[in-house]
Amino acid sequence: MAKNRKLLAAPYLIWMIAFTVIPLLMIVYYGMTNRDGAFTWDNVMAMARPEHLGALLLSLKLSISCTVVCLLLSYPLAMILRGRGINQSSFIVFLFILPMWMNFLLRTYAWLNLLDDGGILYTICENLGIPTISLIGTNTAIILGMVYNFLPFMVLPLYNALMKIDQNVINAAKDLGANQVQVFFRIILPLSFPGIVSGVTMVFVPSLTTFVVSDLLGARKIMLIGNIIEQEFSTADNWYLGSGLSLVLMIFILVSMAVLNHYDKNGEGTSF
Amino acid sequence: MIKKICSQIYITLIFIFLYAPIVTLIIFSFNQGKGGQWRGFSLEWYRELFASEMIMDALWNTLIIAVVSAIIATIIGTISCIGLNSLRGKAKSIYLSLNNIPMLNSELVTGLSLMLVFIAFGIGFGYPTILIAHITFCIPYVILSVMPRMKQTDRSTYEAAVDLGATPIYAFFKVVFPELVPGILSGFLLSFTMSLDDFIITYFTRGPGINTLSTLIYSEVRKGIKPSMNALSTIMFVSVLILLVVSNRKKKDGME
Repeated sequence: MAKNRKLLAAPYLIWMIAFTVIPLLMIVYYGMTNRDGAFTWDNVMAMARPEHLGALLLSLKLSISCTVVCLLLSYPLAMILRGRGINQSSFIVFLFILPMWMNFLLRTYAWLNLLDDGGILYTICENLGIPTISLIGTNTAIILGMVYNFLPFMVLPLYNALMKIDQNVINAAKDLGANQVQVFFRIILPLSFPGIVSGVTMVFVPSLTTFVVSDLLGARKIMLIGNIIEQEFSTADNWYLGSGLSLVLMIFILVSMAVLNHYDKNGEGTSF
Repeated sequence: MIKKICSQIYITLIFIFLYAPIVTLIIFSFNQGKGGQWRGFSLEWYRELFASEMIMDALWNTLIIAVVSAIIATIIGTISCIGLNSLRGKAKSIYLSLNNIPMLNSELVTGLSLMLVFIAFGIGFGYPTILIAHITFCIPYVILSVMPRMKQTDRSTYEAAVDLGATPIYAFFKVVFPELVPGILSGFLLSFTMSLDDFIITYFTRGPGINTLSTLIYSEVRKGIKPSMNALSTIMFVSVLILLVVSNRKKKDGME
């Protein structure tokens, strides 16, 4: 019986090999060969070229800022939700998922209307006599677009992690004389760590690799590493270089996630 | 008291940030003419929306792909969870790490790598490739929603049912399955939402001539998105909102 049951895991295993493992091997293959099919490190080393390295560093800067902003915004929010009744808080959480039903490109594009010269915020500022600033095409606009898109992915795991904390543990700490600050740093923060790890992963990875947000809000001035890779595949038609760069990016992500997961000893970080 | 007011203000601010672009989208769907200036109320974009075959096709594609991939992903994911639950040790952890790859790997790499495979094995781009890609990135979410439920189920109730003469399949559907339902439902909903909102993976795995709403919108970005897209989003958004409010009210009624 148990053996039969193990077999049920087999179809997806085959699926994963076909559509996860082999595709990755393809990236490795293309990344390490040239057009003649000969082995080369050139595509991988191309990441060190100034234009690529610059894009990678800019992507890192923007995605780390985005992740930090998301974490700082979400943590207090999740704490507030924890304090509310389960009914009310689950309704609020649903309100975070709701925007996803409106197309992600449209939502991001709508920021153009808000931020552009002559856009809504611009007009409001003008009428109030506040100096107008144009954000479109700046790093700030990109970070804003990323935070806007990926904030729910930070809120949900944090919320789940915080809801799991037993109130009795907190009460015990208080009974034993811990003050608010101590309770937070000694009890709540460590216990919510799996949620932080999972939230950081789910925000950092898409913001590091996006090419859409920078396309929409960057006014074609800002090139992230995602834009460069996308262009190698779509317009420049150099899959080898594109794969090489993706390979470096992929390894970079895996290493940073491994470091992050190292601190999450229970390995619960992926719980969504 | 002050704390409560502060937290209320904080939640409100976050929601203003989250919903400001959506409100603008909705308002501009009723605008006369294109562009960022308000020129007066009109329903012309709604008329144009239903007249546009391209948008209706894209909407249809998006919905079909989301429904089919969510259903298949939910079935495969749930079945794998049953098998996974009886795996132990290293086999289990390898399986779970493989399952995590699409989530860690970024949509960009997942989309690109699948595109390379489809080309290498001569699989023509079209509905099947989009479906395969969507199922691939949806299954991990199903497994992550069902697995915790699976762990909670009590083995002995299942064994008791089998001892009392139920066939394993009957016992599974009568005893184990009902406990999994909430996890399966949330996995399905998550998959559906992710598929509906996906752009990057679809962009790399679709064939020429097949558009989902996302890819259609992306192709319009350069020349300016038509407000009929806003009109469509408004309709979708409002219908989901109504559904949510109704189901929430029902739940509340049920509790009282």
